[in-house]
Amino acid sequence: MSKNIRIIPRLDIKGPNLVKGIHLEGLRVLGKPEQFARSYYDSGADELVYMDVVASLYERNSLHDIIERTAREIFIPLTVGGGLRTIEDIRDVLRAGADKVSLNTAAIKNPQIIRDASRKFGSSTILISIEAIRQPDGRYLAYTDNGREHTGIEVLAWAKQVEELGAGEIMITSIDREGTGRGFDIDLTKAVAHAVTIPVIACGGAGEIDHIRQVISDAGADAVAIASVLHYDIIRSQERSLDESNEGNQSFLRSGRTFSSITPAGMPAIKEHLSRHGINCRTTRSEEKFRAGT
Amino acid sequence: MQARKGQIAVIDYQMGNLFSVVRACKQVGLLPVITSDPAVIQSSDAMVLPGVGAFGDAMQNLVRLDLVSSIRDFIASGRPFMGVCLGLQLLMTESEEFGHHSGLDIIQGRVVKFSTTGQDGRTVKVPQVGWNRIYLPAQTGKTAWQDSLLHGIREGEFMYFIHSFYTIPDDVRMAASFTNYEGTEYCSSVAWNNVFACQFHPEKSSTEGMKIYENFASLVKHREKENE
Repeated sequence: MSKNIRIIPRLDIKGPNLVKGIHLEGLRVLGKPEQFARSYYDSGADELVYMDVVASLYERNSLHDIIERTAREIFIPLTVGGGLRTIEDIRDVLRAGADKVSLNTAAIKNPQIIRDASRKFGSSTILISIEAIRQPDGRYLAYTDNGREHTGIEVLAWAKQVEELGAGEIMITSIDREGTGRGFDIDLTKAVAHAVTIPVIACGGAGEIDHIRQVISDAGADAVAIASVLHYDIIRSQERSLDESNEGNQSFLRSGRTFSSITPAGMPAIKEHLSRHGINCRTTRSEEKFRAGT
Repeated sequence: MQARKGQIAVIDYQMGNLFSVVRACKQVGLLPVITSDPAVIQSSDAMVLPGVGAFGDAMQNLVRLDLVSSIRDFIASGRPFMGVCLGLQLLMTESEEFGHHSGLDIIQGRVVKFSTTGQDGRTVKVPQVGWNRIYLPAQTGKTAWQDSLLHGIREGEFMYFIHSFYTIPDDVRMAASFTNYEGTEYCSSVAWNNVFACQFHPEKSSTEGMKIYENFASLVKHREKENE
Protein backbone atom coordinates (compact mmCIF):
# COMPACT_ATOMS: atom_id res chain seq x y z
CA MET A 1 0.00 0.00 0.00
CA SER A 2 1.51 3.22 -1.13
CA LYS A 3 1.35 6.30 1.02
CA ASN A 4 -1.11 9.14 0.60
CA ILE A 5 0.15 12.19 -1.25
CA ARG A 6 -0.76 15.55 0.29
CA ILE A 7 -2.24 18.38 -1.74
CA ILE A 8 -1.46 21.70 -0.09
CA PRO A 9 -2.95 25.03 -1.17
CA ARG A 10 -0.33 27.72 -0.89
CA LEU A 11 -1.61 31.19 -0.08
CA ASP A 12 0.78 34.07 -0.67
CA ILE A 13 -0.32 36.97 1.49
CA LYS A 14 0.51 40.65 1.35
CA GLY A 15 -1.01 42.75 4.11
CA PRO A 16 -4.63 41.61 4.42
CA ASN A 17 -4.81 40.17 0.90
CA LEU A 18 -4.27 36.92 -0.91
CA VAL A 19 -1.98 37.67 -3.82
CA LYS A 20 -0.48 35.72 -6.64
CA GLY A 21 2.86 36.44 -8.16
CA ILE A 22 2.80 36.28 -11.92
CA HIS A 23 6.15 35.35 -13.38
CA LEU A 24 8.00 38.52 -14.43
CA GLU A 25 4.88 40.60 -13.79
CA GLY A 26 4.55 41.10 -10.08
CA LEU A 27 1.69 40.61 -7.64
CA ARG A 28 -2.05 40.60 -8.18
CA VAL A 29 -4.61 40.79 -5.41
CA LEU A 30 -7.11 37.91 -5.46
CA GLY A 31 -9.16 38.43 -2.30
CA LYS A 32 -9.25 37.62 1.41
CA PRO A 33 -7.01 34.71 2.43
CA GLU A 34 -9.43 33.44 5.11
CA GLN A 35 -12.21 32.97 2.54
CA PHE A 36 -10.00 30.92 0.27
CA ALA A 37 -8.57 28.94 3.21
CA ARG A 38 -12.04 28.08 4.46
CA SER A 39 -13.11 26.89 1.06
CA TYR A 40 -10.00 24.70 0.70
CA TYR A 41 -10.55 23.24 4.17
CA ASP A 42 -14.16 22.37 3.33
CA SER A 43 -13.23 20.79 0.03
CA GLY A 44 -10.54 18.48 1.43
CA ALA A 45 -7.20 20.32 1.47
CA ASP A 46 -4.65 18.22 3.36
CA GLU A 47 -2.75 21.18 4.81
CA LEU A 48 -2.39 24.90 4.18
CA VAL A 49 0.64 27.12 3.66
CA TYR A 50 0.55 30.88 4.36
CA MET A 51 3.49 32.88 3.04
CA ASP A 52 3.97 36.51 3.95
CA VAL A 53 5.48 37.54 0.63
CA VAL A 54 6.70 40.98 1.63
CA ALA A 55 7.86 40.05 5.13
CA SER A 56 11.47 39.53 4.10
CA LEU A 57 11.71 43.15 3.02
CA TYR A 58 10.64 44.36 6.46
CA GLU A 59 12.16 41.40 8.33
CA ARG A 60 8.93 40.69 10.13
CA ASN A 61 5.96 38.43 9.66
CA SER A 62 2.68 40.32 9.80
CA LEU A 63 0.23 37.46 9.54
CA HIS A 64 -0.63 36.99 13.22
CA ASP A 65 -4.23 38.19 12.97
CA ILE A 66 -4.92 36.13 9.86
CA ILE A 67 -3.31 33.06 11.48
CA GLU A 68 -5.42 33.48 14.60
CA ARG A 69 -8.67 33.78 12.66
CA THR A 70 -7.75 30.77 10.53
CA ALA A 71 -6.73 28.54 13.44
CA ARG A 72 -10.04 29.13 15.20
CA GLU A 73 -12.02 27.36 12.50
CA ILE A 74 -9.60 25.26 10.47
CA PHE A 75 -8.33 22.00 11.95
CA ILE A 76 -5.70 20.87 9.50
CA PRO A 77 -1.98 21.63 9.66
CA LEU A 78 -1.09 25.25 8.88
CA THR A 79 2.46 26.17 7.88
CA VAL A 80 3.47 29.83 8.08
CA GLY A 81 6.50 31.40 6.48
CA GLY A 82 7.99 34.72 5.50
CA GLY A 83 10.25 36.96 7.55
CA LEU A 84 10.76 34.57 10.48
CA ARG A 85 14.23 35.29 11.84
CA THR A 86 14.51 34.08 15.42
CA ILE A 87 13.28 31.40 17.83
CA GLU A 88 10.99 34.09 19.28
CA ASP A 89 9.50 34.82 15.84
CA ILE A 90 8.79 31.10 15.45
CA ARG A 91 7.23 30.86 18.89
CA ASP A 92 5.00 33.86 18.11
CA VAL A 93 3.48 32.36 14.96
CA LEU A 94 3.06 28.95 16.64
CA ARG A 95 1.28 30.69 19.50
CA ALA A 96 -0.94 32.50 17.03
CA GLY A 97 -2.01 29.16 15.54
CA ALA A 98 0.56 27.86 13.07
CA ASP A 99 1.53 24.18 13.34
CA LYS A 100 4.73 24.43 11.35
CA VAL A 101 7.00 27.22 10.22
CA SER A 102 8.76 27.61 6.91
CA LEU A 103 12.27 29.05 6.99
CA ASN A 104 14.41 30.13 4.06
CA THR A 105 16.50 33.31 4.47
CA ALA A 106 17.03 32.84 8.22
CA ALA A 107 18.25 29.27 7.69
CA ILE A 108 20.66 30.27 4.95
CA LYS A 109 22.09 33.13 7.01
CA ASN A 110 22.33 30.97 10.13
CA PRO A 111 21.90 27.21 9.56
CA GLN A 112 22.16 26.62 13.31
CA ILE A 113 18.61 28.00 13.70
CA ILE A 114 17.36 24.75 12.11
CA ARG A 115 18.96 22.71 14.87
CA ASP A 116 17.86 25.05 17.64
CA ALA A 117 14.29 25.32 16.36
CA SER A 118 13.86 21.59 15.73
CA ARG A 119 15.16 20.81 19.24
CA LYS A 120 12.84 23.36 20.76
CA PHE A 121 9.65 22.73 18.77
CA GLY A 122 10.24 19.28 17.26
CA SER A 123 11.59 18.45 13.81
CA SER A 124 8.09 18.03 12.45
CA THR A 125 7.45 21.72 13.12
CA ILE A 126 10.36 22.95 10.98
CA LEU A 127 9.93 23.08 7.22
CA ILE A 128 12.78 24.45 5.13
CA SER A 129 11.80 26.26 1.97
CA ILE A 130 14.38 26.14 -0.81
CA GLU A 131 13.95 28.48 -3.76
CA ALA A 132 15.95 27.19 -6.70
CA ILE A 133 17.05 28.71 -10.00
CA ARG A 134 18.60 26.58 -12.70
CA GLN A 135 22.01 27.83 -13.81
CA PRO A 136 23.28 27.77 -17.42
CA ASP A 137 25.55 24.83 -16.47
CA GLY A 138 22.53 22.83 -15.25
CA ARG A 139 23.23 23.17 -11.55
CA TYR A 140 20.56 24.54 -9.21
CA LEU A 141 21.41 27.30 -6.78
CA ALA A 142 19.40 28.45 -3.78
CA TYR A 143 18.00 31.97 -3.68
CA THR A 144 16.12 34.01 -1.13
CA ASP A 145 13.46 36.73 -1.33
CA ASN A 146 11.51 35.10 -4.12
CA GLY A 147 14.53 34.62 -6.31
CA ARG A 148 15.88 38.14 -5.89
CA GLU A 149 18.88 37.35 -3.70
CA HIS A 150 21.63 35.05 -4.88
CA THR A 151 23.25 32.88 -2.19
CA GLY A 152 25.71 30.79 -4.20
CA ILE A 153 24.59 27.70 -2.25
CA GLU A 154 24.07 24.51 -4.25
CA VAL A 155 20.54 23.15 -3.76
CA LEU A 156 21.25 19.42 -3.29
CA ALA A 157 24.05 19.99 -0.78
CA TRP A 158 21.81 22.41 1.09
CA ALA A 159 18.90 19.93 1.13
CA LYS A 160 21.13 17.26 2.68
CA GLN A 161 22.49 19.73 5.20
CA VAL A 162 19.07 20.90 6.39
CA GLU A 163 18.01 17.27 6.85
CA GLU A 164 21.10 16.65 8.99
CA LEU A 165 20.36 19.75 11.03
CA GLY A 166 16.92 18.42 11.91
CA ALA A 167 14.45 19.86 9.40
CA GLY A 168 11.24 17.84 9.22
CA GLU A 169 10.34 18.60 5.61
CA ILE A 170 11.62 20.46 2.58
CA MET A 171 9.53 22.57 0.24
CA ILE A 172 11.34 22.95 -3.06
CA THR A 173 10.21 25.82 -5.27
CA SER A 174 11.35 26.33 -8.81
CA ILE A 175 11.60 30.09 -9.25
CA ASP A 176 11.95 29.51 -13.01
CA ARG A 177 8.52 27.85 -13.12
CA GLU A 178 6.71 29.72 -10.32
CA GLY A 179 3.65 31.50 -11.69
CA THR A 180 4.20 30.28 -15.25
CA GLY A 181 1.70 27.41 -15.35
CA ARG A 182 4.20 25.41 -17.42
CA GLY A 183 4.42 22.55 -14.93
CA PHE A 184 6.83 21.67 -12.14
CA ASP A 185 10.57 21.37 -12.62
CA ILE A 186 10.71 17.57 -12.62
CA ASP A 187 14.53 17.31 -12.66
CA LEU A 188 14.87 19.61 -9.67
CA THR A 189 12.14 17.94 -7.60
CA LYS A 190 13.38 14.46 -8.40
CA ALA A 191 16.95 15.29 -7.44
CA VAL A 192 15.90 16.75 -4.09
CA ALA A 193 13.37 13.98 -3.34
CA HIS A 194 16.09 11.37 -3.88
CA ALA A 195 18.76 13.26 -1.95
CA VAL A 196 16.92 13.19 1.40
CA THR A 197 14.74 10.79 3.38
CA ILE A 198 12.49 13.51 4.83
CA PRO A 199 9.33 14.38 2.88
CA VAL A 200 9.64 16.79 -0.03
CA ILE A 201 6.88 19.19 -1.09
CA ALA A 202 7.01 20.27 -4.75
CA CYS A 203 6.09 23.88 -5.44
CA GLY A 204 5.99 26.23 -8.40
CA GLY A 205 4.61 25.80 -11.86
CA ALA A 206 1.31 23.92 -11.69
CA GLY A 207 -0.91 25.08 -14.55
CA GLU A 208 -3.26 22.14 -14.86
CA ILE A 209 -4.28 18.99 -13.02
CA ASP A 210 -1.97 16.64 -14.85
CA HIS A 211 1.13 18.65 -13.86
CA ILE A 212 0.37 17.57 -10.30
CA ARG A 213 0.24 13.91 -11.30
CA GLN A 214 3.53 14.26 -13.18
CA VAL A 215 5.50 15.67 -10.27
CA ILE A 216 4.26 12.82 -8.07
CA SER A 217 4.73 10.00 -10.60
CA ASP A 218 7.88 11.23 -12.33
CA ALA A 219 9.70 13.13 -9.59
CA GLY A 220 8.59 11.29 -6.43
CA ALA A 221 7.18 14.33 -4.62
CA ASP A 222 5.61 13.43 -1.26
CA ALA A 223 3.33 16.44 -1.34
CA VAL A 224 2.41 19.16 -3.79
CA ALA A 225 1.83 22.85 -3.07
CA ILE A 226 -0.52 24.58 -5.48
CA ALA A 227 -1.67 28.17 -5.83
CA SER A 228 -3.07 29.50 -9.13
CA VAL A 229 -4.89 26.33 -10.25
CA LEU A 230 -6.91 26.34 -7.02
CA HIS A 231 -7.26 30.10 -6.55
CA TYR A 232 -8.62 30.64 -10.06
CA ASP A 233 -11.07 27.78 -9.57
CA ILE A 234 -12.53 29.57 -6.54
CA ILE A 235 -12.69 32.88 -8.38
CA ARG A 236 -14.43 31.16 -11.25
CA SER A 237 -16.91 29.17 -9.16
CA GLN A 238 -17.73 31.91 -6.67
CA GLU A 239 -17.92 34.64 -9.24
CA ARG A 240 -21.42 35.71 -8.35
CA SER A 241 -21.37 35.09 -4.63
CA LEU A 242 -18.11 36.90 -3.93
CA ASP A 243 -18.59 40.27 -2.38
CA GLU A 244 -18.60 42.83 -5.15
CA SER A 245 -16.81 45.28 -2.92
CA ASN A 246 -13.93 42.83 -2.63
CA GLU A 247 -10.63 44.43 -3.25
CA GLY A 248 -8.80 43.05 -6.20
CA ASN A 249 -8.68 42.88 -9.86
CA GLN A 250 -10.93 39.89 -10.34
CA SER A 251 -12.66 41.06 -13.47
CA PHE A 252 -9.23 41.13 -15.00
CA LEU A 253 -8.62 37.57 -13.84
CA ARG A 254 -12.00 36.41 -15.06
CA SER A 255 -11.39 37.77 -18.49
CA GLY A 256 -8.72 35.08 -18.76
CA ARG A 257 -6.59 37.25 -20.99
CA THR A 258 -3.23 36.60 -19.43
CA PHE A 259 -3.98 33.34 -17.68
CA SER A 260 -4.43 31.04 -20.59
CA SER A 261 -1.54 29.05 -19.09
CA ILE A 262 -3.67 28.14 -16.06
CA THR A 263 -6.54 25.64 -16.24
CA PRO A 264 -8.36 26.00 -12.91
CA ALA A 265 -9.41 22.93 -10.91
CA GLY A 266 -10.82 22.35 -7.44
CA MET A 267 -9.51 20.03 -4.74
CA PRO A 268 -12.02 17.20 -5.42
CA ALA A 269 -11.24 17.20 -9.15
CA ILE A 270 -7.50 17.09 -8.45
CA LYS A 271 -7.83 14.13 -6.11
CA GLU A 272 -10.19 12.35 -8.46
CA HIS A 273 -7.59 12.70 -11.23
CA LEU A 274 -4.78 11.40 -9.01
CA SER A 275 -6.85 8.44 -7.78
CA ARG A 276 -7.72 7.52 -11.33
CA HIS A 277 -3.99 7.28 -12.03
CA GLY A 278 -3.35 5.04 -9.04
CA ILE A 279 -1.99 7.75 -6.73
CA ASN A 280 -3.34 7.45 -3.20
CA CYS A 281 -4.64 10.54 -1.49
CA ARG A 282 -7.06 11.38 1.28
CA THR A 283 -10.66 11.64 0.24
CA THR A 284 -13.34 13.31 2.30
CA ARG A 285 -17.09 13.04 2.36
CA SER A 286 -17.45 16.13 0.21
CA GLU A 287 -15.27 14.48 -2.43
CA GLU A 288 -17.34 11.31 -2.29
CA LYS A 289 -20.41 13.44 -2.91
CA PHE A 290 -18.60 15.10 -5.79
CA ARG A 291 -17.84 11.71 -7.31
CA ALA A 292 -21.34 10.44 -6.78
CA GLY A 293 -22.61 13.50 -8.62
CA THR A 294 -20.43 12.99 -11.69
CA MET B 1 -5.60 26.75 43.95
CA GLN B 2 -9.29 26.34 43.22
CA ALA B 3 -9.73 24.35 40.03
CA ARG B 4 -12.48 25.32 37.65
CA LYS B 5 -15.06 22.71 36.89
CA GLY B 6 -14.22 20.78 33.77
CA GLN B 7 -10.59 21.85 33.88
CA ILE B 8 -8.28 19.95 31.54
CA ALA B 9 -4.61 19.76 32.45
CA VAL B 10 -2.56 19.98 29.24
CA ILE B 11 0.84 18.79 30.36
CA ASP B 12 3.70 21.12 29.49
CA TYR B 13 6.99 19.26 29.62
CA GLN B 14 8.72 21.35 26.97
CA MET B 15 8.11 18.96 24.12
CA GLY B 16 6.63 20.85 21.21
CA ASN B 17 3.71 23.02 20.38
CA LEU B 18 0.76 22.77 22.78
CA PHE B 19 -1.31 25.56 21.29
CA SER B 20 -3.23 23.47 18.77
CA VAL B 21 -4.30 21.00 21.48
CA VAL B 22 -5.44 23.93 23.63
CA ARG B 23 -7.45 25.42 20.75
CA ALA B 24 -9.12 22.08 20.04
CA CYS B 25 -10.11 21.72 23.71
CA LYS B 26 -11.61 25.22 23.71
CA GLN B 27 -13.44 24.51 20.46
CA VAL B 28 -15.39 21.68 22.13
CA GLY B 29 -16.14 23.68 25.27
CA LEU B 30 -13.43 22.32 27.56
CA LEU B 31 -11.29 24.51 29.83
CA PRO B 32 -7.65 23.70 29.08
CA VAL B 33 -4.81 24.84 31.35
CA ILE B 34 -1.22 24.46 30.22
CA THR B 35 0.64 23.24 33.29
CA SER B 36 3.53 21.31 34.76
CA ASP B 37 2.40 21.92 38.34
CA PRO B 38 1.48 18.67 40.18
CA ALA B 39 -1.09 20.56 42.29
CA VAL B 40 -2.92 21.85 39.21
CA ILE B 41 -2.82 18.38 37.68
CA GLN B 42 -4.18 16.86 40.87
CA SER B 43 -7.13 19.26 40.89
CA SER B 44 -8.03 18.82 37.20
CA ASP B 45 -10.93 16.76 35.87
CA ALA B 46 -9.09 15.37 32.86
CA MET B 47 -5.64 15.30 31.34
CA VAL B 48 -4.15 15.63 27.88
CA LEU B 49 -0.55 14.52 27.40
CA PRO B 50 0.54 15.95 24.03
CA GLY B 51 4.07 16.22 22.69
CA VAL B 52 6.30 15.84 19.69
CA GLY B 53 9.99 15.06 19.66
CA ALA B 54 12.37 12.50 21.08
CA PHE B 55 11.21 9.88 23.60
CA GLY B 56 14.41 10.02 25.68
CA ASP B 57 14.30 13.82 26.03
CA ALA B 58 10.61 13.64 26.90
CA MET B 59 11.09 11.11 29.71
CA GLN B 60 14.06 13.10 31.01
CA ASN B 61 11.90 16.22 31.15
CA LEU B 62 9.06 14.36 32.88
CA VAL B 63 11.51 13.10 35.51
CA ARG B 64 13.17 16.50 35.95
CA LEU B 65 9.80 18.25 36.33
CA ASP B 66 8.70 15.54 38.77
CA LEU B 67 5.71 14.70 36.59
CA VAL B 68 6.05 10.91 36.36
CA SER B 69 4.19 10.10 39.55
CA SER B 70 1.63 12.90 38.92
CA ILE B 71 0.70 11.38 35.57
CA ARG B 72 0.64 7.82 36.93
CA ASP B 73 -1.47 8.84 39.93
CA PHE B 74 -3.85 10.80 37.73
CA ILE B 75 -4.42 7.84 35.43
CA ALA B 76 -4.83 5.50 38.42
CA SER B 77 -7.55 7.81 39.76
CA GLY B 78 -9.76 6.85 36.84
CA ARG B 79 -10.20 10.36 35.41
CA PRO B 80 -10.29 10.75 31.61
CA PHE B 81 -6.85 10.77 30.01
CA MET B 82 -5.93 11.42 26.41
CA GLY B 83 -2.43 11.04 24.97
CA VAL B 84 -1.51 12.45 21.58
CA CYS B 85 1.49 11.41 19.44
CA LEU B 86 4.45 11.25 21.84
CA GLY B 87 1.77 11.16 24.55
CA LEU B 88 0.87 7.66 23.32
CA GLN B 89 4.44 6.44 23.02
CA LEU B 90 5.37 7.58 26.55
CA LEU B 91 2.70 5.27 28.02
CA MET B 92 4.66 2.24 26.89
CA THR B 93 7.22 0.28 28.90
CA GLU B 94 10.22 1.13 26.76
CA SER B 95 11.49 2.69 23.54
CA GLU B 96 14.36 1.82 21.26
CA GLU B 97 14.75 5.45 20.16
CA PHE B 98 18.51 6.27 20.13
CA GLY B 99 19.36 3.50 22.58
CA HIS B 100 17.06 2.16 25.23
CA HIS B 101 14.72 4.30 27.33
CA SER B 102 12.14 3.38 29.94
CA GLY B 103 8.68 4.88 29.55
CA LEU B 104 5.80 5.48 31.95
CA ASP B 105 4.91 1.75 31.73
CA ILE B 106 1.19 2.36 31.98
CA ILE B 107 0.61 0.10 29.00
CA GLN B 108 3.03 -2.75 28.63
CA GLY B 109 4.63 -2.61 25.24
CA ARG B 110 7.43 -1.20 23.11
CA VAL B 111 8.12 1.75 20.83
CA VAL B 112 10.05 0.96 17.64
CA LYS B 113 11.14 2.86 14.54
CA PHE B 114 9.76 2.54 11.02
CA SER B 115 12.22 0.89 8.69
CA THR B 116 13.44 3.17 5.90
CA THR B 117 13.48 0.17 3.56
CA GLY B 118 10.15 -1.15 2.36
CA GLN B 119 9.25 -4.79 1.71
CA ASP B 120 10.02 -4.36 -1.98
CA GLY B 121 13.37 -2.73 -1.25
CA ARG B 122 12.13 0.79 -1.99
CA THR B 123 13.12 3.65 0.28
CA VAL B 124 10.37 4.52 2.73
CA LYS B 125 10.17 8.15 3.82
CA VAL B 126 10.53 8.44 7.58
CA PRO B 127 8.95 10.29 9.34
CA GLN B 128 5.51 9.47 8.05
CA VAL B 129 4.00 12.90 7.43
CA GLY B 130 0.44 13.09 6.22
CA TRP B 131 -2.98 11.49 6.20
CA ASN B 132 -3.57 7.80 6.71
CA ARG B 133 -6.52 5.54 7.45
CA ILE B 134 -7.43 4.01 10.80
CA TYR B 135 -8.97 0.52 10.93
CA LEU B 136 -10.71 -1.52 13.59
CA PRO B 137 -8.55 -4.27 15.09
CA ALA B 138 -9.44 -7.41 13.15
CA GLN B 139 -8.79 -9.76 16.08
CA THR B 140 -11.52 -8.40 18.33
CA GLY B 141 -14.32 -8.99 15.85
CA LYS B 142 -15.75 -5.52 16.56
CA THR B 143 -17.59 -3.84 13.71
CA ALA B 144 -17.61 -0.28 15.00
CA TRP B 145 -15.87 1.93 17.52
CA GLN B 146 -18.50 1.99 20.21
CA ASP B 147 -16.89 2.36 23.58
CA SER B 148 -13.86 4.55 23.00
CA LEU B 149 -13.23 8.16 21.98
CA LEU B 150 -13.33 6.91 18.37
CA HIS B 151 -17.09 6.49 18.72
CA GLY B 152 -18.93 7.81 15.64
CA ILE B 153 -15.91 7.70 13.32
CA ARG B 154 -16.17 5.56 10.20
CA GLU B 155 -13.82 2.63 9.79
CA GLY B 156 -11.12 3.61 7.30
CA GLU B 157 -11.36 7.34 8.11
CA PHE B 158 -8.26 9.48 7.49
CA MET B 159 -6.28 11.04 10.34
CA TYR B 160 -3.15 13.23 10.26
CA PHE B 161 0.13 11.62 11.35
CA ILE B 162 3.68 12.87 11.91
CA HIS B 163 5.98 10.28 13.45
CA SER B 164 9.02 8.07 12.99
CA PHE B 165 8.24 5.60 15.79
CA TYR B 166 5.21 3.48 16.53
CA THR B 167 3.89 1.45 19.46
CA ILE B 168 3.51 -2.30 19.92
CA PRO B 169 1.35 -3.01 22.99
CA ASP B 170 1.96 -6.50 24.46
CA ASP B 171 -1.77 -7.04 24.84
CA VAL B 172 -3.34 -6.55 21.44
CA ARG B 173 -6.74 -5.97 23.06
CA MET B 174 -5.51 -2.53 24.12
CA ALA B 175 -5.21 -1.42 20.52
CA ALA B 176 -8.23 0.63 19.44
CA SER B 177 -7.10 1.09 15.84
CA PHE B 178 -4.52 -0.03 13.35
CA THR B 179 -2.88 1.83 10.47
CA ASN B 180 -0.72 0.67 7.58
CA TYR B 181 2.26 2.80 6.53
CA GLU B 182 4.10 1.54 3.46
CA GLY B 183 3.43 -2.10 4.36
CA THR B 184 3.93 -1.85 8.12
CA GLU B 185 0.70 -2.41 10.04
CA TYR B 186 0.88 -0.87 13.48
CA CYS B 187 -1.24 0.16 16.45
CA SER B 188 -2.34 3.78 15.85
CA SER B 189 -4.38 4.23 19.03
CA VAL B 190 -5.00 2.50 22.34
CA ALA B 191 -8.09 2.47 24.55
CA TRP B 192 -8.05 0.91 27.97
CA ASN B 193 -10.26 1.89 30.92
CA ASN B 194 -9.94 5.67 31.29
CA VAL B 195 -6.96 5.89 28.93
CA PHE B 196 -7.20 6.81 25.26
CA ALA B 197 -4.09 7.69 23.30
CA CYS B 198 -3.46 8.06 19.60
CA GLN B 199 -0.44 8.35 17.37
CA PHE B 200 -2.22 10.73 15.00
CA HIS B 201 -3.16 14.34 15.77
CA PRO B 202 -6.95 14.55 16.14
CA GLU B 203 -6.70 18.36 16.49
CA LYS B 204 -5.19 18.45 12.97
CA SER B 205 -7.48 15.82 11.44
CA SER B 206 -10.32 18.04 10.31
CA THR B 207 -13.94 17.44 11.37
CA GLU B 208 -13.39 13.69 11.82
CA GLY B 209 -10.50 14.21 14.22
CA MET B 210 -12.45 16.83 16.13
CA LYS B 211 -15.04 14.15 16.89
CA ILE B 212 -12.47 12.64 19.26
CA TYR B 213 -12.26 15.94 21.16
CA GLU B 214 -16.06 16.15 21.15
CA ASN B 215 -16.26 12.63 22.61
CA PHE B 216 -13.62 13.59 25.18
CA ALA B 217 -15.67 16.65 26.15
CA SER B 218 -18.86 14.57 26.49
CA LEU B 219 -17.02 12.10 28.68
CA VAL B 220 -15.71 14.87 30.94
CA LYS B 221 -19.15 16.50 31.20
CA HIS B 222 -20.86 13.18 31.83
CA ARG B 223 -18.51 12.49 34.73
CA GLU B 224 -19.16 15.96 36.14
CA LYS B 225 -22.90 15.26 36.23
CA GLU B 226 -22.32 11.88 37.86
CA ASN B 227 -20.22 13.50 40.57
CA GLU B 228 -22.75 16.19 41.38
